Amino acid sequence: METIFRKTEGLTDALFHYCPGCTHGIIHRIVAETLEELDVLGKAIGVAPVGCGVLAYEYFNCDMYQAAHGRAPAVATGIKRVHPDNIVFTYQGDGDLASIGTAEIVHAAHRGEKITTIFVNNTIYGMTGGQMAPTTLIGQKATTAPYGREVAHAGYPLRIAEMLATIQGAAFVERVAVNTPANIRKAKNAIRKAFETQIKGEGFSIVEVLSTCSTNWGLTPIEALKWLEENMIPYYPLGNFRTPGR
Amino acid sequence: MAKILMKGNEAIAAAAIKGGCRYFFGYPITPQNEIPEYMARELQKVGGCFVQAESELAAINMVYGAAGSGARVMTSSSSPGIALKQEGISYIAGAELPCVIVNISRGGPGLGGIQPSQGDYFQNTRGGGHGDYRTLVYAPATLQESVDLVMEAFEVADYYRNPVIISGDGMIGQMMEPVEFKEIPKRELPPKDWATDGTKGKRKPNIINSLYLDPEQLEKHNWRLKEKYDRMVQNEVRYEMYNLEQAEIVIVAYGTTSRVVKNVISILSKEGIRVGLLRPITLWPYPEKAFDEIPETIKALLSVEMSTGQMIDDIKIAANGRWPVYFYGRSGGMVPTPDAIIEKVKEILRGQR
Repeated sequence: METIFRKTEGLTDALFHYCPGCTHGIIHRIVAETLEELDVLGKAIGVAPVGCGVLAYEYFNCDMYQAAHGRAPAVATGIKRVHPDNIVFTYQGDGDLASIGTAEIVHAAHRGEKITTIFVNNTIYGMTGGQMAPTTLIGQKATTAPYGREVAHAGYPLRIAEMLATIQGAAFVERVAVNTPANIRKAKNAIRKAFETQIKGEGFSIVEVLSTCSTNWGLTPIEALKWLEENMIPYYPLGNFRTPGR
Repeated sequence: MAKILMKGNEAIAAAAIKGGCRYFFGYPITPQNEIPEYMARELQKVGGCFVQAESELAAINMVYGAAGSGARVMTSSSSPGIALKQEGISYIAGAELPCVIVNISRGGPGLGGIQPSQGDYFQNTRGGGHGDYRTLVYAPATLQESVDLVMEAFEVADYYRNPVIISGDGMIGQMMEPVEFKEIPKRELPPKDWATDGTKGKRKPNIINSLYLDPEQLEKHNWRLKEKYDRMVQNEVRYEMYNLEQAEIVIVAYGTTSRVVKNVISILSKEGIRVGLLRPITLWPYPEKAFDEIPETIKALLSVEMSTGQMIDDIKIAANGRWPVYFYGRSGGMVPTPDAIIEKVKEILRGQR
């Protein structure tokens, strides 16, 4: 019988622990498919964060690390400097990358470290139970912003892609979302370009992926996808911010 | 090979390269800057790589990545910078990765000062990182010993898959002495088949990790680590016993202070006062068994430290009530003078006789 679809070799058979409706699973899949399609799975080395993605080392079917909170880009730097011909990536959430790990991500970009970062932005701390993140939207409720995020108290949400795009060493910077099939295809395309940037040795590459957290947003999975579209995309515009040679 | 005159920090860096170190990640801090500077000049000549990290946090996590990739890797810093590395050291110990960490210590607490201090005894031997882990700590007293121990540290780190700390102070880092790079004993080391270099589609993924969500698994992991640390206690303890025969007092001192104490011993012997030295070379595992070799003539122990008293806790544990334990220390970057130690010895003897 002809096989017309199979699960990517880029994922192990371990069952995801993610909540129903969470889009981490989609992002894992398109990253893994990309590694397989680029035929780099055998030389890929990934770094899992602290946060909801902490167990990513059990899901990606390649050599993996679990890193201290926020330090994945530094760990990836150590790996890439030892194995410059391997494909090294980090998979980080917004608590990990946009809060505790801002120094590490900025300086990995600043050095033009030839690694790829998949940055999953769902505007909240998922694993620890819904605390405010630097990316939490104005007025959005979180357990540590029980009345909604107030600018006077907690500042404006941090736009990571725009910030990193100001750095010369960040060769490829794009923001995507995984709320619709069309956007998922665009997201996968961006992830592919990010890894190609690394393969060509053109510098640091990052894809910011707008993602949902229906559990901590208190919405159904369908409502969460709609909330992403109506609230996140207006503040975090999708698109490419940097491409090599442009 | 002939002896050459070198500055401590440079000798340590050169020894690391001779010991197989090819990767170095560090952040500037006085008084250890000659180590990263040397590495920046020399590592690329041997096919290695130096990266100046954005912080000590990043540096130790780069070490984690490089060590997990199978490389011989080192970082160095000084007291406040080592404090910043402690999180990473805990992860490295938990994930069982080999690396060497040099602490050219200075006065604290806080920003403290930049002069030599042994106020990092707790930090080096107990660590500031969380969890049930240990690091092997060498405390060289001369530049020759620094060179020998740094080279050996890479073998030992690989042997146990554990971080090894070189505890020097600003004096060791900044002074010059003749050193010789000798061949060090090689250990039988298994291949690093756990390291990440890509599966090449030929093996299962290698995973570098310290997370065990199941408490039963984590406990099992921790007891296995404990067994490893017990093997270090069994096999890796090092110390020097000096002039103990017929002595009345044993001074316990390590690193720079032990050299001041040797002067004290020679001055006092001319006055007919016999004092011995017990010098721990490994601060962890602590040379407790050395205390069993202390002769019956000894009436008291004296801890001399460049701190307000940190190693004295280990001395009391090792002494186990067999002798009274006295203390003399200087802190904040001040170095004990022979005269002050001599006065302390005489004061103890007046009380003991």
